[in-house]
Amino acid sequence: MMITYFAWAAMITGICALVMVGRLVAGPTIPDRIVALDSINTMVVALMILLSLVYDSVVMVDVAIVYAALSFVGTMFIARHLEGGV
Amino acid sequence: MSPVLREALAFLLMAGGAFFSFASVIGIIRFPDVYTRIHSGTKALTGGATLILLGAALYAPSWQIAAKLFLIAGFLMATNPIASHALSRACYRHGMRPEVIFVDEYGPVADEEAKK
Repeated sequence: MMITYFAWAAMITGICALVMVGRLVAGPTIPDRIVALDSINTMVVALMILLSLVYDSVVMVDVAIVYAALSFVGTMFIARHLEGGV
Repeated sequence: MSPVLREALAFLLMAGGAFFSFASVIGIIRFPDVYTRIHSGTKALTGGATLILLGAALYAPSWQIAAKLFLIAGFLMATNPIASHALSRACYRHGMRPEVIFVDEYGPVADEEAKK
């Protein structure tokens, strides 16, 4: 029964991430795209956790930790690049 | 904790997380400005992902996995505001200004920093 809730939440989150790709493609400026990319990264972390519970595979939790760290580093690096430092 | 209570709590947290994600997507699609989009995306998504992670931690198969989920939730709550702050400051220094603005306290400071 609980697996059904997880699957529904995963479906909603996945659809939200897919809609966010529209902003990533159509964003008028570069920071808009970066905001959309950051949001997609956060959603993908949540989606990984939900799918790891649905499919009962523990490995995806570790993958989600590394993915969250890498997305943070990537966003910070692009922000510094926009600022003109790098 | 009884199984029924745990299931209900996990369901409520999941529903809250899904709602926050949905609201964040609506904000990112509909808002007119990059600053409002940063506001919508980061604030709503931090809440949404954290709620989903807490709901998943309630239903994790073992306590080690629950600890890992709490770790990810704390990491997201720590790093997402930092990234959004750096991004908005970079946008301001990049030359973008908000469309509707009443108080701009960072403008003179940014001009002073640009002169140096």
